[in-house]
Amino acid sequence: MHRSYLFIPGNNPAMLQNADIFGADAVIFDLEDAVSITEKDSARQLLKAYFETLSNPGFSIYVRINALTSSLGVIDISMVMNEIIEGIVLPKATVQDIKMLSKLLDTFESARRIKKKTVIIPIIETAKAVFEIGQIAQLPRVSALLLGAEDLTRDMEIERTKNGLEIQYPRAKIAFACKAFEIEAIDTPFTDVTDEEGLEADTLFAKSMGMNAKSAIHPNQLETINRLFTPTDAQITEALRVVKADKEAQKVHRGVFSLDGKMIDKPVVERAEKLLEKARHYGLLGDTDEK
Amino acid sequence: MKIGIAGSLESNDCLVTIKESKEFSIKVQSIVDVFYHDQIVELITSVLEDMNIKNVEVTLIDKGALNYTIKARLLTALHRMEANHA
Repeated sequence: MHRSYLFIPGNNPAMLQNADIFGADAVIFDLEDAVSITEKDSARQLLKAYFETLSNPGFSIYVRINALTSSLGVIDISMVMNEIIEGIVLPKATVQDIKMLSKLLDTFESARRIKKKTVIIPIIETAKAVFEIGQIAQLPRVSALLLGAEDLTRDMEIERTKNGLEIQYPRAKIAFACKAFEIEAIDTPFTDVTDEEGLEADTLFAKSMGMNAKSAIHPNQLETINRLFTPTDAQITEALRVVKADKEAQKVHRGVFSLDGKMIDKPVVERAEKLLEKARHYGLLGDTDEK
Repeated sequence: MKIGIAGSLESNDCLVTIKESKEFSIKVQSIVDVFYHDQIVELITSVLEDMNIKNVEVTLIDKGALNYTIKARLLTALHRMEANHA
């Protein structure tokens, strides 16, 4: 369960050594767009050496490799593959590429005796990928889908705007597919790092559509993203009341009951339970809260 | 002449230049020279020994890089030097 995924350029030592203090739930070390073609070798070597120093980083580690349609992607994996990596973020993902990546991971995991299954986060950033979302979301190893709105709108030859009307369809499609196959829906980054209000509005809108995390391109976006994807005290209090009232209602075999004049039925109780699960995950519930 | 360069002069990074040379030498210029000069030289020596590389001249300008950054930049410079040769 993650709220924020921070992209960090793979060839930037200053950002690498501060990765643990930014407050991201997950960090995506980027070998693709953030690294120039002449520095790919340097970035791979740096990430390899950096990963070898980590033991308990306090955030989940992902690497965005180059697309598998070039030879760069395979070299990226062969260099950086390490037990500490949670997953590979695959740009320009298609069903075919994800299957190919999964086979590559089988090979490297076996050769390097990596016990855990490295997950894949495909970036949905082509019209073809949007078309294939339903298939992509249920492929083995796929743990989340990440919307890449900049490349997607370029592929669609449409304007990318701050209000995001042009990406409503892929946002909704990703949210539904992720919910259906119980994986995370990660929203596209908000690219104006100076516009805090815009980030807040964009994040809230994405959340309202069913996204449960957002990617960030600057550490200063993390506070807003983490805050907006964290249950508030008021929401937690209300959810606790609903769950408690449900327990009382069950004792007298009532499936539907009223709380403060509002009807409470199974979907409302389940929503409250999910919110409390999230609150529990982020350490917001004390032992006494749930009694 | 075979030569490989890697890294940058940005903060927390280092710039490594490695050249083929008849004599082995390591030159280090660091913003933390007073405290870490010997340690950096030792690290470079250790990486080169591991790779059995002797006839090189290494120049490292350090802007506060951590050990893994120095090691990574040195290895990249070495690979680039070898690639230039090939």
